[in-house]
Amino acid sequence: MIRKTRQHLVQNEGLLFEQSSPGKKAYQLPALDVPEVNPEEALAGQTRDGIEGFPEVSEVEAIRHFTRLSTYNYAIDLGMYPLGSCTMKYNPRVNEAVARTEGLAWAHPYAPIEHVQGCLEVIHRLEAYLAEICGMDAVTLQPAAGAHGEWTGIMVIRALLESQGNPRKKILVPDSAHGTNPATAAMCGYEVANIPSNDKGMVDVSALAAAVDGDTAAMMVTNPNTLGVFEEQIHEVARVLHAKGALLYMDGANMNALVGLSRPGDFGVDVMHLNLHKTFSTPHGGGGPGAGPVAVKSHLAPFLPTPRVVLRNGRFELEENLPQSIGKVRAFQGNFGVLVRALAYIMAHGGPGLRKATLDAILNANYIRKHLADHYQIHAEAPSMHECVFSDDKQSPHGIRTGDIAKRLIDYGFHPYTVSFPLIVHGALMIEPTETEGKQEIDLFIDAMKSIAQEVVDDPQLIKSAPHRTRTPKVDEVTAARKPVLRWRP
Amino acid sequence: MAYPENFRYTKEHEWVLDEAGTATIGITEHAQSELGDIVYVDLPKVGDKITQGASFGSVESVKAVSDIFAPCTGEVVAINDSLTSAPEKLNQEPHTGGWLVKVKLSAPEEIGKLLTAADYQQYIGA
Repeated sequence: MIRKTRQHLVQNEGLLFEQSSPGKKAYQLPALDVPEVNPEEALAGQTRDGIEGFPEVSEVEAIRHFTRLSTYNYAIDLGMYPLGSCTMKYNPRVNEAVARTEGLAWAHPYAPIEHVQGCLEVIHRLEAYLAEICGMDAVTLQPAAGAHGEWTGIMVIRALLESQGNPRKKILVPDSAHGTNPATAAMCGYEVANIPSNDKGMVDVSALAAAVDGDTAAMMVTNPNTLGVFEEQIHEVARVLHAKGALLYMDGANMNALVGLSRPGDFGVDVMHLNLHKTFSTPHGGGGPGAGPVAVKSHLAPFLPTPRVVLRNGRFELEENLPQSIGKVRAFQGNFGVLVRALAYIMAHGGPGLRKATLDAILNANYIRKHLADHYQIHAEAPSMHECVFSDDKQSPHGIRTGDIAKRLIDYGFHPYTVSFPLIVHGALMIEPTETEGKQEIDLFIDAMKSIAQEVVDDPQLIKSAPHRTRTPKVDEVTAARKPVLRWRP
Repeated sequence: MAYPENFRYTKEHEWVLDEAGTATIGITEHAQSELGDIVYVDLPKVGDKITQGASFGSVESVKAVSDIFAPCTGEVVAINDSLTSAPEKLNQEPHTGGWLVKVKLSAPEEIGKLLTAADYQQYIGA
């Protein structure tokens, strides 16, 4: 039974362009109290009369337009968002209040150092906290998001190896890796080699040992991996790599399972990135802004991006004289507003609070796993960390695949889980509740998933044609991808 | 669907047909079925060199982007342009109209070492 949603009037809304009418405007300027200037003269003719097609609407029309569109959306503020590997957790409002503090929100990137000591302290302190959480020695906050962090991390590895005389040729990734890992390796000029998983869903260490040689620059591992399973032999993975002079890179996408429990630096990781917009509760989705800090062991610190924030005689300064640095990877100091939110999150929780959040995230995932285990095929027998992965093996004989179940879940008032990833699981359903959810919401989710499992048996066509209760019925994703219409007006 | 006896196959689910030193390459029926609806195909250019075992292009489905690995070494002499506007051909006729590229073989002996139709069907459990 669908308990979480009911039908509700939703306003139709055209495109803003279609509502435009010449001369309408949403602003009113006071009378000019300074001498008028001819802009064309002042700007040497580099002006234009208007922007073709730019919509002209009143203030209330603009407000209604975007407010109506916002009601079509699903968001973490409306309910659970169990998108695996994305860690869609709630962003506490106190983080927003802190980020809007005048001195932080209005600081100018070109302001003199003396005027922005507080901002530099935010950076310095966040770097230190993240280093402590990860068990690493130095951190850069410049990268704008996870994939950018990966790229920065691998460039740092490349710089270290070049300084030793040989950048080497290839990077190893497990077959369960995030797609960005091999893409990063290729962007940094490396060949990619796949390492198979063993039957426990973990890196096959003997296959790894056979693949590592003097041409191997690094291995990129996500831990816990994309099956939500902790790599029990991660020490051995590190040892095998280090014995051949190769490095261990960790994708920190799943750090929400480790904070306060286990430190990558302690299990042999040389370089890693974090996703502040996942683990450290900063806004996520809609294209950002995110932040993808990179943490390294001391022997890689000289290669981190420039400038570095340093504390000298009680004064924060920007150190630019770093001859071995890979250079700048982002304008100014990265997505500073995100950094402020992450620092607020860490300080509000403190060490014990962060640890508790991790334990709750793991408990929630295992609670779901336990309750759905009779209804969906669990993939790996190894215990789950913060997310659990099922396959659609019990549903596919009825002609229903993971994507169909996900669409039906929308009718029940939930954002879909992650569909068809990781690729090594045939028909994957990847579910990550995070610590955000209480038992009530999780029980609703479990009931929805059980109810759908029953519908698959009773009425597969109902699932095939879902969603039914949404504003827009099932969309044709295949035609949209094959013949995309990318312009408002052809 | 039948797997033609005159093709050879790889464990990465490509097929190859050698006709007097020029080989036609495609993906298998099993591959297209696993990928689901294919929406985009990225192919090399005529004149490019491809190397056995290395990626020479990719196919994008609604689920994922997958590399296509060269079953043999040689120089690309033709590509199937029609896939640009009709990638669904890869789903509909993977062994015929959905071919990807034709290659002038530089090591024709590679072909004989690939899987036969029977080996491949056993490999995928068909």
